[in-house]
Amino acid sequence: MQKTTSANTASMSVSENETLIELKNINKWFGGFHALKDVSLKVSKGERIVLCGPSGSGKSTLIRCINHLEAIKDGTITVAGKEMKHDAKSIDSVRREVGMVFQSFNLFPHLKIIDNCSLALRRVKRLQREEAEVIARRYLDRVHILEQADKYPAQLSGGQQQRVAIARALCMEPKVMLFDEPTSALDPEMVKEVLDTMIGLAEDGMTMICVTHEMGFARKVANRVLFMADGQILEESAPDEFFSNPKHERTKAFLGEILAHN
Amino acid sequence: MNQLDFGIVIERWDELLHGVALTLALSIAGIVCSLVIGVIGVAMHRTRTPLLQAPVIAFVELIRNTPFLIQLFFLFFALPLLGVRLNPTITAIIALSINGGAYSIEIIRGGVESIPRGQIEAGAALGLSSTQIFRDIVLIPALRAIYPALSSQFILLTLTSSVCSSISASELTHFAQRIESETFRSFEVYFTITGLYLLISWLIMTALSSIGRRHFNYPN
Repeated sequence: MQKTTSANTASMSVSENETLIELKNINKWFGGFHALKDVSLKVSKGERIVLCGPSGSGKSTLIRCINHLEAIKDGTITVAGKEMKHDAKSIDSVRREVGMVFQSFNLFPHLKIIDNCSLALRRVKRLQREEAEVIARRYLDRVHILEQADKYPAQLSGGQQQRVAIARALCMEPKVMLFDEPTSALDPEMVKEVLDTMIGLAEDGMTMICVTHEMGFARKVANRVLFMADGQILEESAPDEFFSNPKHERTKAFLGEILAHN
Repeated sequence: MNQLDFGIVIERWDELLHGVALTLALSIAGIVCSLVIGVIGVAMHRTRTPLLQAPVIAFVELIRNTPFLIQLFFLFFALPLLGVRLNPTITAIIALSINGGAYSIEIIRGGVESIPRGQIEAGAALGLSSTQIFRDIVLIPALRAIYPALSSQFILLTLTSSVCSSISASELTHFAQRIESETFRSFEVYFTITGLYLLISWLIMTALSSIGRRHFNYPN
């Protein structure tokens, strides 16, 4: 269940130091464009990482590489001890451990909410419909949207759709959740319900990597804030340090832009 | 001009209704097979494996750039020389299916390409295989997107079935020609047949719309 948001969530401890995700010197090219330049990153179990930076800096590409929505050119990606190669089998085994939430929700329009959530349980985990629906209902309840189970995505607001998308990913019981700008496509009044859901997840100890410009969320939830520009991680630090004492010129300029109106 | 005499038409009404039923059956068989060929063809094309893609492209180009009548004659007159002898009605169903299938592939492919990339990525991120993504995520919205175009292609297929009279397949036009040649009442016979084809088209269109409402009517 989602707990009330507390101000000290940033002090939630990282219970174990077990490494869940390790990126070593990964490089990604889009044609002649070098999108990720020798990026390395280690994420421990229970860590909550916020990834920010100007558009085109490679932050979405970075998390999309983790579940092989983008193929890297070189370097290694290890998730929960499994190294991802380009073969279908290792991609599948990594995807089983990784949930993803997209900017544009990407719910399946022809399936009811309950079926959006139970489809992968039935197809990937081979559960019976009844079993899958029990799990789907549990996670829909967790994001406080169980009453919409028999509606279609188009009948829900953006915020509701994004919460369903979170529930859909949770149904597969991933070890880590990736969020790719989950609130950028939302009307302002719906941002909070989605952030609250994500905070609830963090409080329950979910390992998370979030690409977001919601700096309030970063302050409240993140263990580490990473700043990316031009395909590299330029700076990383705890949120307090990151916001009060940014070191890199690019970080200062970026924070100046983004916090100007907050 | 002779005096009009629809008595002949009334006299042989049973035969004409039988023709309507056979044309409906021929068309429905052709439509169902076209849809199956269309979906399988698109699934093969989508794999991006040259070995599966190339035959689909070749098939579509061959069928769409040759006349239906020639395809029908080829199946009916040329295949027996290769040892394959089929009765006219079966030949007609095969010809209609092949022809309709090729057009269906093109139409359904358009629908599949209209599905946003994010849908496929969401399926992939959940761990679905590409076959599952096609079947469970892409297919229904793709068919919905092109359903009106596909429906009119199927009406066209229904009307094209009259060409199969040229190999004496049992269908409405063939029966009409027979009645006409026996009675010389061309106007009355073809006037009636025109009305009956309108009826057939209307029946097929109504059936297609109701299937569409049932399967593709989710809110969007």
